[in-house]
Parts: sequence; C-alpha cells; structure tokens
Amino acid sequence: MKYDIRYCGDCAVTVVFPQEISPAVNAAVCGFAARFSQMGLPGISELVPTYSAVTIHFDPILLDMGRLEAAIHEAANAQDAAADAEGETVVVPVVYGGEYGPDLENVCAHNQLTPEEVIAIHSGREYLIYMLGFTPGFPYMGGMDERIATPRLKTPRTAIPAGSVGIAGAQTGVYPIQSPGGWQLIGRTPYKLFDMERAEPFLLKAGQKVVFKPITEEEYKAIERGENA
Amino acid sequence: MIKVISPGLLTTLQDGGRYGYQQFGVPVCGAMDRYSLNLANLLAGNEPDEGALEITFMGPTLEFKTGCAFALCGGRFEARLDGQPVEMARAYSAAPGSVLEIGAVREGFRGYLAVSGGFAIEPVLGSRSTYLKGGFGGVAGRKLQTGDELPLRNPVSWLPFMDQRVYEPDTWRYPLEDRPIRVVLGPQQERFSEAGIETFLSNAYTVTQESDRMGYRLDGKAIEYAEGCDGNIISDGIVMGAVQVPSGKPIIMMADRQTTGGYSKIATVITADLPLLAQKQAGGKLCFEAVSPQEAARIRRKQQGFLRRLEF
Repeated sequence: MKYDIRYCGDCAVTVVFPQEISPAVNAAVCGFAARFSQMGLPGISELVPTYSAVTIHFDPILLDMGRLEAAIHEAANAQDAAADAEGETVVVPVVYGGEYGPDLENVCAHNQLTPEEVIAIHSGREYLIYMLGFTPGFPYMGGMDERIATPRLKTPRTAIPAGSVGIAGAQTGVYPIQSPGGWQLIGRTPYKLFDMERAEPFLLKAGQKVVFKPITEEEYKAIERGENA
Repeated sequence: MIKVISPGLLTTLQDGGRYGYQQFGVPVCGAMDRYSLNLANLLAGNEPDEGALEITFMGPTLEFKTGCAFALCGGRFEARLDGQPVEMARAYSAAPGSVLEIGAVREGFRGYLAVSGGFAIEPVLGSRSTYLKGGFGGVAGRKLQTGDELPLRNPVSWLPFMDQRVYEPDTWRYPLEDRPIRVVLGPQQERFSEAGIETFLSNAYTVTQESDRMGYRLDGKAIEYAEGCDGNIISDGIVMGAVQVPSGKPIIMMADRQTTGGYSKIATVITADLPLLAQKQAGGKLCFEAVSPQEAARIRRKQQGFLRRLEF
C-alpha cells in the first residue's frame, strides 16, 4: 500500500496511507504501527494510529531523522495484508432500552423498527475500531447498519453516564467517561472502557473489533458487582 | 505543606506532560512553556520536568507551612515573600509560616513556581499534569482553590550554592523575546495554495480571546486552500504547535489539545519556539517563519544542550 512521510515539526512524523476510511487501509495502519514498535528504535516516545495514518513521536536528539525514515520504509515495505487483517474481537455486554437506553424508542420511530429489531441489528455484527480519540478511551467505530442510522438529538444532554452506547448518524460508539453529548442512547455496558486504577487502563485499542452482546438488567448488575468487588 | 490562601486566576500543577497514552485518546497536557518549567526546577534543585505550579496572568498567595526552597520563572510576575520583593529566576528559601504573594503578570502570560523536592501528588498515567477537561491529574484534576493544602514530597530549605542559583536575563527571558515563530510546513501543506502559504508566512496574526491551554485561535488574513481542497481531512494525530486551518483562520493546538483532529494543518511550530507562544496574551501578534525539519532539530539540540549546561 502506498504511503508518504510528513514531518510534524521536529519531534513527530505522520506516515500517511491512502486517505480513505476503509478496513483495508486501517489494517495496513495498525500492522505498520505494530511492526514499527517491534523494531524498538531509541528515542521513540509513542505511536498514534488513526483512520489512515500513524503519527510517530520521537526525539531528534536521540534518533537521527535519516535513521527514522529508513526504519519507516522498512516497516512499511514489510506489509503483510493477511496478517494485518487479524484484529482480535472484544465482546461488550449491553443492556438495551429502558433507563439504560432512553433513546431506543427514537431510533425505532425514526427507522420504523421494533426495539427487538433494532437490538438484533445493532448486536448482529462486528464493528472495527479505527482509532481512539475525542475523550480518553473513546472508540471511533465503523460498519454500523444504515437501517438503524438516526440523527443526533436536537438538544445535547449535559451529562451522559459512562458506558452509554449510542448512535449518531450512521456511527455507533460508547462513552468511556461521563461527558456531555448529543448521541441517541440505546443502551449501556457495565464494562469500564477507561479505568485509571486498572493495570491496563483501556479496554479497547485501534484495530480491534467490537461485538455488542445483549444482556439483562440482572446480568448488568452482576457484572458491575463483580467489577467493584 | 503549602496552603493556598488565594488561588490566582488559573493555577494548575503541570510537569513535562503525560506521554504514552495519546493512542488511547488521552491528551498530553503538561507545561505550556516547558523551557521555563525546566529553568524553575533546575533552580529549585529538581529534575527539569518535575511537577510545578503553572500560574496564569494573576498569581496565587501561598503560605509555606513547611520551610522550602523555591524559584519562579516564565512570564515576569510581581511577587513578594513576606513583603520582600522576589526576583524572577532566582532560588529563595521560604521559612515555615512565610507567605508568598504572586501578583499580576507584567510581561508574558504564564509563570512556573517550582518547590524544592516537588509536590507529593500521585502521578496519574505516569504524570502529575492536570488535565482540566478530563478532571484528573494534578490537584484533583482541577485548578487550585482557596484552602487547598499541597503536600510536599521532599522539601529542602537550603540548597548547595544557594546564592549562585540565579539565571541571567538573557537566559530566563528567552520565552519573552519578540521575534518570528519558526514553523516546519506541513503535514498537510499541499492542501493550501502557494498564495495561501505565502499569506500565512508574510502576515501578522493576532491571538484572540478564544485562546486557552487547548489552543490559540488566531485572527488575520484568511489563508487560501489549494484548488478542490477545504479545511477538512480524515482525522489524524495532532502534536503541540500544530497550526490547523479549519476555515481560513489558523488555530494553534497547545498542551491540552485533543489527540486527533480532522482539520488541515498548514504548519507546525518547532518545539524550541513553543515557549514563546505560551507567553502570548490575547491581543499579542505572531509572525511565522518556515524552517526545515532538520534545521528545527538542530535548534532543539542547541536548546537542550544549553539547558543541560544550566544544571547546578
């Protein structure tokens, strides 16, 4: 896959792959990031994969720009489309509707579907995590079925509880922390996408796939109790 | 312990920044003017990126319940320790019970108060920096409030060569210099017309009131896009100093910026010049000058080498 190296000042470069939002390009992005990290170059502080690019933060005092560029070419040219497509799948349990998903009815009304149909469609496929951003741990996911697409609320809520699962246009997402927002809330997961007390603070990462699994309120409470224990 | 008698306008704990979590959407935060943070810490006998108080425009009044050495760097603030004037960029020893009053800024915008031994504040995700919007890090994830009690980690009231712990104006005033801000063009300069890039590099831009730790919104001559391009791109990573142009007018992304963004970036301010930006107030004028990435790296090497020679 074609790529290009762009400098972002003196302490970062962005490796730009074809500018499109597609699983194939994102797989190349995540595969490149994984191979580049494994090279273990000195002076690299972090890598930020996005839809179709990877930003590499480095210190030019510790790593010569020529050596950095050579390593980028090496990692990019070792592309392996089959291996790159292997993102693991994370199952995220969700209670749909009721107080957990107060806008499920809006999504039903907008698309002339029953709640059972919306839940079946939403939980019936895998969503690719293209990248994280916006707030700590927020996954930008693709692949939602257009049949349940619904515009944002006209008046955004001032506080949406952490774990809320929502729809905005043709996108679906999960709020990792309580924040304001205008997404149509259809359910909530007891899983914590971001927990700074945990050894691994983030549940999800770019390149993984998410499947939502419908659960009951009782199951939600049991998982919540388990996590708090 | 240091007790906050009055908090000032916007006083937060900041260190060198929270690195390693941008891929998960966590902003870096950290000192806006890292050069001045480094100087204040070196004077106070700390590691250069130790957590210190970032003071904005109007400073706090603090009571040292424990004796401790301290130093103030960055923008020039009026300051008094028990009524006696405190100079910028000089180490002082505060006796237990003494009161440090930091008043209004006279030049620049942000000051850094480092205390010897640092603050006993638990790092969050590897950093003591305050992330205001996310509400974590630093002092309870917020700016200082009256009555806050700031625990000290390892307070030392007397440091070796105490009377020599002072920097020349040429050294500490570097972020206050009035000169063009150097940038590296890109990462999306091809989305602007040649005339647009020329506009950006040959006109003065004004820092507007809508400027904060997240970014500086500038006003000035509109920048033209290349044919068929607008300000939108597929979201990618954003570094500190990135100059986004969403709709003709630039916005420079600063310490609390989001990790990713969907606007074309015409240029990136070089790290050595970020401190100059951090010291601009609303109404301040900015001119930009392009350098190559290699030249920017050479300037960074020189600045970091200079900082290393300042250690005591």
